[in-house]
Amino acid sequence: MKEMPLQVEVKPKSKLKIPSLSKTRKRSDYFWAYCMIAPTMIGLTIFYLWPIIQTIYFSFTEWGAFGQYEWTGLDNYRRMLEDSNLLQSFKNTGIYIVFTVPIGIFLSILIAVLLNQKIKGKSVYRTLYFLPVITMPAAIAMVWRWLYNSDYGLLNYLLSIFGIKGPQWVSDPKIALYSIIVVAIWSGLGYNMVIFLSGLQGIPRSYYEAAEIDGAGPVKVFFKITLPLLSPVIFFVTIMSFIGAFQVFDLIFMMIGKSSTALENTQSIVYLFYQHAFVLNDKGYAAAIAVLLLIIILIITAIQMVLQKKWVHYD
Amino acid sequence: MEKARHHITSKTILIHLILIVGALAMVFPFIWMLLTSLKTYAESIHVPPVIVPKHFQWVNYKDVFDLLPFFKFMFNTLIITVIRTIGQLLLCSLAAYAFARIEFPGRNILFLIALSVLMVPGQVFLLPQYMIMVKLGWLNTLQAVVVPGLFSAFGTFLLRQFFMGLPKELEEAARLDGCNHFQIYWKIMLPLAKPGLVALGIFTTLWSWNELMWPMIVNSSPESMTLSVGLSSLQGQYLTNYPVLMAGSFLAILPMLILFMILQKQFIEGIAVTGSK
Repeated sequence: MKEMPLQVEVKPKSKLKIPSLSKTRKRSDYFWAYCMIAPTMIGLTIFYLWPIIQTIYFSFTEWGAFGQYEWTGLDNYRRMLEDSNLLQSFKNTGIYIVFTVPIGIFLSILIAVLLNQKIKGKSVYRTLYFLPVITMPAAIAMVWRWLYNSDYGLLNYLLSIFGIKGPQWVSDPKIALYSIIVVAIWSGLGYNMVIFLSGLQGIPRSYYEAAEIDGAGPVKVFFKITLPLLSPVIFFVTIMSFIGAFQVFDLIFMMIGKSSTALENTQSIVYLFYQHAFVLNDKGYAAAIAVLLLIIILIITAIQMVLQKKWVHYD
Repeated sequence: MEKARHHITSKTILIHLILIVGALAMVFPFIWMLLTSLKTYAESIHVPPVIVPKHFQWVNYKDVFDLLPFFKFMFNTLIITVIRTIGQLLLCSLAAYAFARIEFPGRNILFLIALSVLMVPGQVFLLPQYMIMVKLGWLNTLQAVVVPGLFSAFGTFLLRQFFMGLPKELEEAARLDGCNHFQIYWKIMLPLAKPGLVALGIFTTLWSWNELMWPMIVNSSPESMTLSVGLSSLQGQYLTNYPVLMAGSFLAILPMLILFMILQKQFIEGIAVTGSK
C-alpha cells in the first residue's frame, strides 16, 4: 500500500512493454507451475488415483492362484450378502465405533477443559497425555497384552487382591473387543485433547469474563459458552474419529493372535480386507470390501457436509 | 474474601486430582514397560508381582539384538522415515506453492483431483499399489515402502493453506527483480512456510516410523523389515519372554520419544494444525 505512488509513476513509462512482457511472463508462469505440480500429480496418479479405478475393476473379478483373474460381474457383491464373517466384522467395527468415539471424545473434552483453566503444570500434563500419540502401535499392543496377560498380568493380579478372578482379556471372545476398545481410547485421547485445547484457546476470554460478571457457575458456563463455541471442533473431531475408527486394523491385528479364539469376535472390516487380499489371495473379494468401505466413507462425508450447515454453531 | 480463596483452592485441587489420576493412567503402561524390561524372567512372572527388579537386567536389551536383527530394523526404519519426510516436504511444497500462488489453466480442476484422494480410505489403494511393487520387482526392498509415501494429497493441501496466507507484496518485489516462480518459492516462500513444513514433517515422521500395514505387505524379509513389522512378528514367536519383549518395545519407541522431548512444542502444535485443517 505504501508503495502505491511509486507504482503510479512507473506505469506510463513501461506501458509499451507490458503486453509482450506479460505474455512471456505468463508462459514462464505456466511452465513453472506445471513443473512444480508434476512430480506430485504424477505420483498421485500412479499410486493413488489409478489404483482407485483398478480396485473398483478388481471388485468385479475373481483371482486364481497365480495372479490371473477373470471377470465375474457382481459375484463378489452377491457373496458379501451371504458372508457371515463380513456381517460379524461389521458388528465388531460397529461396537468399536460406538464405544471409542463418544467415550474418547467425552474424555478428551474433559481433559482439555481442565487443562484450559488457570492451573500450574499445564505443559507437563499435556506432554504426559500426549505420550501414547507418538508411540508405535506395535509397542502399545505389546505392553497392553502384557498388562492383560491372564496368568501374570498386572491387571488380573490387582483384581485378585479383591478376590476377583480376572478374565482372559484378549482371548475370551466376549471380552476381547472391549479390551481393545480400552486401549484405543487410551491411545487416542491425547490427539483429540490437543485439537480441543487449540479450539478452546480460540474462544475469546471476554466471553468468560462476561459470564463471570453475570455470576454464572462453571457448569452453566460450560454448557452456555464452551460447548456451543466448541461445536465446530467437536463436529470435526467426531467425523474424523468416526472415519478413523471405521478403518481400525493395527491394534486388532497386534493384540489378537492370528489363531486366537477371539479373532472372529474382534476382526474388523479392514482386518477382513487384509485377510482376503494378502493372506487368502482372494483379491477380487478384498477389492469388493474396499469398494464397500469407500462407499460408506463417501456417504459419511456427504452427511457431514449437510449436517455441518445445519447444526454447528459458528460465531 | 478468605472463603472465596478457599473455594478456589479446593477447585484447583479437584482439577489437579482428576488430571493426575488421568496422567498416571496414561504414563503407567510406559513405566511398567520399562520396569518389566529390566526384570529377570522369573521376576516378571512372579506372583505377587515384583515392582522394581532387584538387579536391573540390562542384558535383556542385549538379548533383543540377539533375537532379531534389531539394528537392521532400526536402520531400515530410519532410512525410510528420513527419505519419506524430506521427499514429501519437497514435493508437496512445490505443488502446494504452484496451487496456491500461480494462476495457470486447469489449476482448480487439478487441485480438486488431488484432493479427491483425501476422501478415499487407504485400503482402496493397497491392492494395486502392491501389484505395482510386484511388477517392478520391488517386494522386500526399502523403496517399496518409501516411494508411494513420497506423494501426499494431504501434505499438498496442508502446505497450500500456508502459502495462501503469505502476503502478495513479497512476491511482487521479487518478480520486479526478475525472479522466476521457482526462485520465489525457494528463496522467499519456503522459509516463510516453516511452521507448515515443521507440522507436516513431524506428522510424516511419526507416520512413517509407526506405520504397520503397508510395510508388512511389501516387506517380510528381515533384511528390509521395519521396526513396527519386526516387533509385531516378535509377538508370535517369543510369546512368553516379556522382559525381552518389553526391552524391544522400549527401544522401538525410544527415538520418537527423544524427538518428542526435544521438539515438544512443535509436536503438539503440529498435531493441532494437521488435525484441524
